[in-house]
Amino acid sequence: MTETFSIRKYLRDLKLPFCPGCGIFTVMNTFLRAVHELGHKDLSKFVFCSGIGCSSWIPSPYFIADSIHTPHGRSIPVATGIKLLRPDLNTVVFGGDGDIVGIGLSHFIHAARRNLDVLVIMVNNMVYGMTGGQVAPTTPFGTRTTTTPYGSFEQPLDVARLAVTAGACYSARWTTAHPDELKDSIKTAIKTQGFRFIEVVSQCPTAYGRRVGFKDVGEMLKWLKQDSVPIQQAEQMSEEESANKIAVGVFVQRKRLTLTETIYKIIEEAQRSAK
Amino acid sequence: MKTVKQGTYFWQGNEACAEGAITAGCRFFAGYPITPASEIAEHMAKRLPQVGGIATQMEDEMASIGAVVGASWAGAKAMTATSGPGFSLMQEFIGYAFMTETPCVIVDVQRAGPSTGQATKSGQGDVMQSRWGTHGDYSAIVISPNSVQEMFTLTIRAFNLAEKYRTPVIVLADGTIAHMREQTIVPPIESIETINRRKPKTEEKAFFGLEEIPPMPTVGEGFNVAVTGSTHNEHGIRFTADPTVHRRLVGRLNNKIKNHVDEIADFESYNIDECQIGIVSYGCTSRAIHEAVENAEKRGIKTGYIRLKTLWPFPESIIKKLAESAEKIIVPEMNLRQMFYEVERTANGLAKIIPLNKIGGGELITPEELLVKVEDGEE
Amino acid sequence: MPNKVEIRISGLGGQGVVLAGQILGRAAVYDGKNAAQTQSYGAEARGTTAKSEVIISDGEISFPAIRKCDALIVMNQEAAEKNVKDLKEDGMLLIDSSNVKKIPKTSAKIFKIPATETAEISFGQKVYANMIMLGALTKIINIISEESMEKAIRDTVPGKSVAVNIQAYKRGKSL
Repeated sequence: MTETFSIRKYLRDLKLPFCPGCGIFTVMNTFLRAVHELGHKDLSKFVFCSGIGCSSWIPSPYFIADSIHTPHGRSIPVATGIKLLRPDLNTVVFGGDGDIVGIGLSHFIHAARRNLDVLVIMVNNMVYGMTGGQVAPTTPFGTRTTTTPYGSFEQPLDVARLAVTAGACYSARWTTAHPDELKDSIKTAIKTQGFRFIEVVSQCPTAYGRRVGFKDVGEMLKWLKQDSVPIQQAEQMSEEESANKIAVGVFVQRKRLTLTETIYKIIEEAQRSAK
Repeated sequence: MKTVKQGTYFWQGNEACAEGAITAGCRFFAGYPITPASEIAEHMAKRLPQVGGIATQMEDEMASIGAVVGASWAGAKAMTATSGPGFSLMQEFIGYAFMTETPCVIVDVQRAGPSTGQATKSGQGDVMQSRWGTHGDYSAIVISPNSVQEMFTLTIRAFNLAEKYRTPVIVLADGTIAHMREQTIVPPIESIETINRRKPKTEEKAFFGLEEIPPMPTVGEGFNVAVTGSTHNEHGIRFTADPTVHRRLVGRLNNKIKNHVDEIADFESYNIDECQIGIVSYGCTSRAIHEAVENAEKRGIKTGYIRLKTLWPFPESIIKKLAESAEKIIVPEMNLRQMFYEVERTANGLAKIIPLNKIGGGELITPEELLVKVEDGEE
Repeated sequence: MPNKVEIRISGLGGQGVVLAGQILGRAAVYDGKNAAQTQSYGAEARGTTAKSEVIISDGEISFPAIRKCDALIVMNQEAAEKNVKDLKEDGMLLIDSSNVKKIPKTSAKIFKIPATETAEISFGQKVYANMIMLGALTKIINIISEESMEKAIRDTVPGKSVAVNIQAYKRGKSL
């Protein structure tokens, strides 16, 4: 690395809208560091799609890049249209847990199933942060949120594992307390083909931390670090033991024919036989 | 076989629509199966790869139009097709496409609703949904074909309007026209006008304002375009609280359609200057007017009509003209009064507006039923 | 030759009434006439009554649905009973006599064609009954050329079944 990393090089000169201590700063910084370390001087080889929610604001409009900020939950369909037309562009989707696996869950599963060649980075703060802290499909059981004042009565979704089942070529989970591992994971994912998924468990001090009793951001990060266990270790644990742990690591890395590969092959054949 | 050749074809309406789209330059289709629109998806799936295009079935209607919006920003002319239930699901993206000035074509082959209704039976119940379906202050361009021939020619026009005005355009077809087969004439391909969106010059940076219809970049070409459904300035930067930016943006988006009503509006008219009885009709229902008018004239009733080929923006001036000459205007529709109210509002008391409505079973309003109304002129 | 002929074909879903209408309309267009073909069926893919209507005219066809037809083809008993009221008094009723045993009362001219039996015996499958009925119809109304009918069959049915469909159509013409 000859050139030193400067985040400003990739960002528009705008004030970022995130709360102090938000995990998004770490995700944004780590992503751009990974891009820098891969040798991208700018984001011209990328196109970004994001939906609605705080983490959908990571690329839009702050990255000096093409970015499409879609309706809530619909970033993956828009990315589908872009990627099919422009297989040459690195298509990256940013979104929160509500956006990607709440309202947008069906698109997520189908994109993994059809092996759409995109990277989805989901910032999981376990709550609907932008709208004021409502229960999410990722909220731990029993957590008090503004719409579960007596505690959440539903089980959360294990998204990194779901991605594996649905057919992703790469699935990993880290937390904002693992920036180095996260950066390596992003670099690997950018270089991998097919549907790639990275979940980043992140702190939302405003709509989550404060309500569940964390005193400050530091305490939240300590929690993310302490409660994280490598997947291999998590798999040895009983259900009870692993209930409140965050399994981190790479869940899958494999090769499958991608959607763009199969679709362009069909076009080629159809054009040949139609002549 | 690549794009269709000049000639006379015996096409189904849905097939003509798909061929019209391909002729207009459409190279991306995403859809979800629904009666009576599925043949468009099937035909696109077969034909688009032959011309180097992409057709894909998505997991639902939101995803379908989402992929269409993405494809449009990747530079393609793109289309989706559905029927009422799916059209309802697409409304969020129709608003998004309007707000982000994304050209695309949405075909709604109407069937008898609400809800699942009578899935295989034709209807005209989505007229108001096509105008007001999405939330917020919005203006729609809605095309209304009444023959297989027009499923071809007006789909081409839909793409041209979408590209010219950088806005979503709706082809509001119906089960009757979509499933009917008729002879369709494809003129010499070089005689067919196709319009392409204006692309920005390298130094241009304002893709969402400054001009009435700004140039549209394609992703991956170095323009660093920021597209958002939130209120934004001419550079695509969000302004979610500033009243001036919102008024300027939403005002311009509506005005770019409102200010061009005469250019967008398309209709066929007959004897509107000196008729006692007028008829305002559109879509499959309008197939009854020729015979009804012919028989009314045989009985000595001076009759005229306007057959709308575009429903929205509503062509007020021509309707006013008809209302100035006719004492009564009949509005036959396969719904329980939708365009009726628009005609009544526009006529503003100059003529009495008489509804003629029929729903269910896909039964068309017959020339005889229309003639009865023309003769007795009662509600 | 009349200026405008309105034909309805009705039977059970799966008997190929829509396909028959499509071929008839396409052949008329190949002969330089105007044609409009519409269809009506239930939400079920098979087993309910289906109908297909074809209007063939030298002039423009404005209203595409049939109120009274000149010729009615019925492929099963239910279709015969349901549709005969829409046949003109001096119209033509073509029945598949293999399936329609009770002929409904009508003043129209009746043609009995054992299409389903003939299809089974001559071509090994009932499904060609529709082409046999089309053959009989075109012979009776005599407004569509054999050449266009054959071309329409070729352009409509899948390649491997073109020959047998044309044979069945010709067989219908000879009955």
